[in-house]
Amino acid sequence: MAARGKQMASVSAFSVNILRKAYGSGEGSRLAIAGLSFDVREGELVCVLGPSGAGKTTTLNIIAGLDSNFEGKVAFRDARPQRLSYVFQDPRLLPWRTLIENVALPLKGKADASAIAATWLDRVGLSGCHQLYPGQASVGMQRRTSLARAFAFGPTVLLMDEPFVSLDEKAARELRSLFIALWKAERVTTLFVTHNVAEAAELATRVLVFSASPARIAADIDIRREEASGDNAELFLRSALDAADASHSHS
Amino acid sequence: MALFSSPLSSEEEGPVAKAGAHRQFNAGRLRDWGRLLVSAVSLLAFVAVWALAAWIAQSRHFPDPLAVGERIVAETASGQLPFQVGVTLERVAASFVLAVVIGSAIGFAMGRSSRLNLFFDSWLILFLNLPALIVIILCFLWFGLNEAAAITAVALNKIPNVAVIIREGTQALSPAYDDLASVYRFGWWTRLRQVHLPQLAPYFAAAGRSGLAIVWKIVLVVELLGLSSGVGFQLNTFFQLFDVTGILAYAASFIAVIFLIETFVMRPWQLAANRWRQ
Repeated sequence: MAARGKQMASVSAFSVNILRKAYGSGEGSRLAIAGLSFDVREGELVCVLGPSGAGKTTTLNIIAGLDSNFEGKVAFRDARPQRLSYVFQDPRLLPWRTLIENVALPLKGKADASAIAATWLDRVGLSGCHQLYPGQASVGMQRRTSLARAFAFGPTVLLMDEPFVSLDEKAARELRSLFIALWKAERVTTLFVTHNVAEAAELATRVLVFSASPARIAADIDIRREEASGDNAELFLRSALDAADASHSHS
Repeated sequence: MALFSSPLSSEEEGPVAKAGAHRQFNAGRLRDWGRLLVSAVSLLAFVAVWALAAWIAQSRHFPDPLAVGERIVAETASGQLPFQVGVTLERVAASFVLAVVIGSAIGFAMGRSSRLNLFFDSWLILFLNLPALIVIILCFLWFGLNEAAAITAVALNKIPNVAVIIREGTQALSPAYDDLASVYRFGWWTRLRQVHLPQLAPYFAAAGRSGLAIVWKIVLVVELLGLSSGVGFQLNTFFQLFDVTGILAYAASFIAVIFLIETFVMRPWQLAANRWRQ
């Protein structure tokens, strides 16, 4: 539970209100999200849990402004966040640029972009690997680079879409620890999508459980509450997820 | 500030270290020299077959490689060959650059916009199927027998081809990298240079290499039809005189120059553009 802060700001960093999001049109369309509404407060690390196909990635894409084909609104505390970072499900590094160039690229225009990028690569444990191309790096190194790029950008909001998926448990655990350390140092408002209950229990200050498609909030759990904290967190989340599934099947 | 004293677990150290990458790079260069050697041996074999065929034919219309070689030396010494080859190369370079720049811009625009693609696709098919000779004749008729008409005619013949190749490449651009560029707010120039152009590099290489091969042949036709200098003009003169040795001397020299450009300009550029794949 290392990521949990004792004092959380109650100011909303951004609010999401997606009335309707569908893929396709006409009879073949699929309703992905219907009436999904939640707030994320400043400094929170909110995990989104839900089954596959529950619209978690779609929600992140809408918040990031990558998908504007929906009914509803995403409102940021400032009219628009100055800096939003997104750690995608795949590391998404430009394979024709070295690791340091990948981290420095979003910082273009800053005189010390390379120095900042180098510092962040060192912070994620990649000193000595700056000049490697992504194809020469392991998946774990690529994910560390992706994390470094996100933090180096100096985001006010950080979106993460299952960033530790496809890693073996040991590497995933190490990266989670690294992420927690970075997050504690930077305190960036974070929305973290996962379908790993243990990961959500370990990282989050608050967990949103999405029901299966069309997505809506099935449960909003403050991990700091007594019954959902400590060793109970994972158990508590699993039962919330089961309840959401059961409710969806019933409906 | 390092968060971990041991930055990477043994599982994460990755399959390839710097030294490994360096070794791979050197191995790649060795392979290149090997390919060059095989090409040289193959060319020598061709010259041998030519010499044998000329010896069997015993005709002044089928000179052997030695006679052609002597003619090349003589034409070079007189300054004619370097001058005519130089003039033709200038035309090749100008029309090649024009065709690649304009064709790439058209192909990129059509690849990015489905509406533009829908509207101009039939134009592209029309120009792709317009015979080169017609374009050349029309350009000479409209603009006169001059350099501008010649270069325009050659470029017009190549532009549709470049446009089609670059359009295919643009349509294959990864939307995932576009999302990345949007999230991290890359400007249009950064997006073009860092995200799009590297993905298009193989398509540019294909357009460039096929373009060079086609452009110089069309330039020769243009020179033969309506200009008073260049390799094409010289070939026409030798044709009038039934001077086959002269024709082969100029043809061989020009092919050699194009071969050198292909080997020492196009291929190294392609290798440099694909260095990250090694």
